[in-house]
Amino acid sequence: MVKRSKDFDVTKALRRTLLYVPGNNPAVLQDCIIYGCDCVVLDLEDAISIDEKDAARHLVAAALKHIDFEETLISIRINGTDTQYFDEDIEAIVPLKPDFIRIPKINCKEDVHYIDQRLSEVEKKHDLPIGITKIEPMLETAKGIRNAFEIAEASPRVFSMSVGGEDLTADLGIKRTSTEEEMSFARSRVVFAAKAAGIQAIDTIFGDINDEEGLLCSSRNAYMMGFSGKALINPRQVEGIHKGFMPDVEDLEKAKRIVDAFNEAQRKGLGVVAVNGRMVDAPVVKRSLDLLKLAKSYGMVN
Amino acid sequence: MVKTPMKIQKKAQAGSLESSDVLITVAPSDKLTIEITSIVMNQFGEIIREVVQEVLNDAEITCGEIIINDRGALEYALRARLTTAIKRANGGEE
Amino acid sequence: MTLNKVGREIPKPFEPYKGPFTRPPVYPKGYKPKMLRFKQPGMEKILPSIKDAISKTGLSSGMTVSFHHHLRNGDAVLNMVMEQIAAAGLKDMTVISSSLTTAHDPLLEHMQSGVVTKIHSSGLRSAIGNYVSKGHFEEPVIIRSHGGRARCIECGDVHIDVAFLASPTCDTYGNVNGCMGPSACGSLGYAIIDALYADQVVAVTDNLIPYPNPRISIGQKDVDFIVEVDSIGDPTKIASGSTRITTNPKDLIIAQVTADVIEQSGFMKNGMSFQTGTGGSSLAVAKYLRDKMIAQDIKGSFASGGITGYLASMAKEGLFETLFDVQTFDLGGVASLRENPLLHREMCASTYANPHNSGCVVNNLDVMILSALEIDTNFNVNVITGSNGVPRGASGGHSDTAAGSKLGIVVCPLFRGRNPTVKERVETIVTPGETVDVVVTERGLAVNPESKHSGELQSNLKNLKVPLLSIEELKNKAYGYTGKPHEIRFGEKTVAVIEYRDGSAIDVIRNVK
Repeated sequence: MVKRSKDFDVTKALRRTLLYVPGNNPAVLQDCIIYGCDCVVLDLEDAISIDEKDAARHLVAAALKHIDFEETLISIRINGTDTQYFDEDIEAIVPLKPDFIRIPKINCKEDVHYIDQRLSEVEKKHDLPIGITKIEPMLETAKGIRNAFEIAEASPRVFSMSVGGEDLTADLGIKRTSTEEEMSFARSRVVFAAKAAGIQAIDTIFGDINDEEGLLCSSRNAYMMGFSGKALINPRQVEGIHKGFMPDVEDLEKAKRIVDAFNEAQRKGLGVVAVNGRMVDAPVVKRSLDLLKLAKSYGMVN
Repeated sequence: MVKTPMKIQKKAQAGSLESSDVLITVAPSDKLTIEITSIVMNQFGEIIREVVQEVLNDAEITCGEIIINDRGALEYALRARLTTAIKRANGGEE
Repeated sequence: MTLNKVGREIPKPFEPYKGPFTRPPVYPKGYKPKMLRFKQPGMEKILPSIKDAISKTGLSSGMTVSFHHHLRNGDAVLNMVMEQIAAAGLKDMTVISSSLTTAHDPLLEHMQSGVVTKIHSSGLRSAIGNYVSKGHFEEPVIIRSHGGRARCIECGDVHIDVAFLASPTCDTYGNVNGCMGPSACGSLGYAIIDALYADQVVAVTDNLIPYPNPRISIGQKDVDFIVEVDSIGDPTKIASGSTRITTNPKDLIIAQVTADVIEQSGFMKNGMSFQTGTGGSSLAVAKYLRDKMIAQDIKGSFASGGITGYLASMAKEGLFETLFDVQTFDLGGVASLRENPLLHREMCASTYANPHNSGCVVNNLDVMILSALEIDTNFNVNVITGSNGVPRGASGGHSDTAAGSKLGIVVCPLFRGRNPTVKERVETIVTPGETVDVVVTERGLAVNPESKHSGELQSNLKNLKVPLLSIEELKNKAYGYTGKPHEIRFGEKTVAVIEYRDGSAIDVIRNVK
């Protein structure tokens, strides 16, 4: 069961790591929370063969109902709107109130509108507050990347967007590399589109589980580019990604000074925040507060 | 999860013999028989039978040959696999 | 029946367990010292066959024969000898082997035919375990720890008439070592005791070399006869090439947290001593501990127990000054024993863990990593019986090291398949809870309130990767996943007695209905 307190807000939760878990494998499903990931993505799509789509749906629904996932965020990657499984997936999953739903191959704002409408229908049917189900569209086609800005703003349900490197490079007819130059445009665009709409962006997986250095690099880049987190396919990658998203000690010191100055200004009733004689803008204050919050989860500050 | 009433109209299978999973085979029959094999038979055999009976009752299934081959599945997996087997035997999702 | 200190019913004539350090040593009634020998110069020790050894030693029905299991699943000697004993028409034999592995399944035939009527072993498993569990073997099998076996042989509770010792390398006058030869197994720790106390000793070897053996674990003064055979065992099953650190992500989480526990406990410091097992999480703990020791420039005094190539390389790196080896598990360990005798030292089972001598190695152990099939809410540990009530493991060094070590940590998954590891009541108690300090699982850890260090541990282990819970909460968590298991229905027959290291009975195994 997904137990959240009344004031829980998934848009404010830490999501550095999102572990894909194949939805039809009980042994893996019941162990997925032990690896220290911030979030797990129970997969009904790519990991599941055609003749097991129903079995995976039932198993994931049963897991959502009966297993205590404790603090780990739970999302489900359902099948796309262009498949026959979409309707049954949302019918089974929405009433169980996962933290959010990840939807593959979103190409344009109309896709989001359709999903929004269908989700509202299911929510209504099950007496749930309309709009309660948050979604995270996956942009994994050239079209989706092009329409990133409109997709990000297409619905209040959209609180985050992710870039899906495997399908995207397939769509482009190219291969993925460990240095990821071919992904730079798509990753940047998704971050910009997300930030322009005031939402989060999640980076794509790093496929080579034996390349620790490459993973660290990719994760560090994701952090520096503005992603809030990164998807992964193997628990061995958790530590590497968490390392990549760890704040620089120097940046942390700077952030502390800014937040101290901010609190000081608040105390004194001043409208302007100044550090070392220089004015600090509101967005910078916000970024500093977010950084401190991230640092807290690493035990770097009290 | 299961909309009543269901009927076992054809042979169907769900799950697997992987560790922590259960392989369930259902087939039409004019009476209800439940056959259970489990690697934890002594410890959980009775509970498995109760859960299976409960899911069948919910689906209002009164006839069928139900064969359970359990490899240490937790209860949620047992329920899910049985649901899948029943729905497949009923002619797929309703 | 009497209830012992851990709440288990012990039938007569066995003595109920009263506590880990309560029973003093005592010679049994009718104590018989070992037979003195009188060998003249020029007397030939080499015999043409095992059959000859049986007749030359005067082995007769009702006597006690002993074996060691240093050749593990590759051993051929026990079966070879028992076959000849049966062929000679002997009956009613007592077999005391340091343990019984799957290689010894052929012993079952001799149990069924009455050739063997009493068995003493650390382990009970496979076909023999199943047979005994059903209640078909008349006399209860006596299960002892490695230290307990040394104790019972040294004080004469068990008097060995003839020890048949698989000897990887033996010279023509009976000097034996285990670290050389095609069937090298490393340390002969368990066998040394048999050689010192048996009335007669037969070395069975597939590597007979000229006198004198350059390396000696068992000496000529204790070996009466030598039999050369084509092969004493299957080298591929005697020692693996190298024992690999697990890649199972759950085991690695448990190991990581355990290394953090050692660090936060205050026991990770210069001069520390350490022992761990070879499987799953246990060996992986060594890897994470190594990383921490290197990062913090910590040098340990000794590592002990079953030694693997991994621990040997840690010693070679300078992380431990010495290794004390009672059983070597892989070729890396064997090579280390052979090539670095000053660093890597063989120890006999008595030096290792006999509680009734002037001080065994486990008494100086700081940190011990223990496995568990099951652990109950009093921290009592079962390492021998499966959740279905059938024996499938061994007592080993578990209770010895738990008692001796300052910090005894049980590492195990919270549940295996649908079997909860942490339970209300375990099937069989091998190690009493009062000798266990901490249990670490992938979903939580618990400190024993009875532990000497409970106060510091409770405060130091609060902020690890898994939550610090009470053992009761840990049990409830396990049941939350698996459901509460039904109790196994046992019969009335005592099929095995778990003897604690001091000679008292800590539990019994009954037949499964």
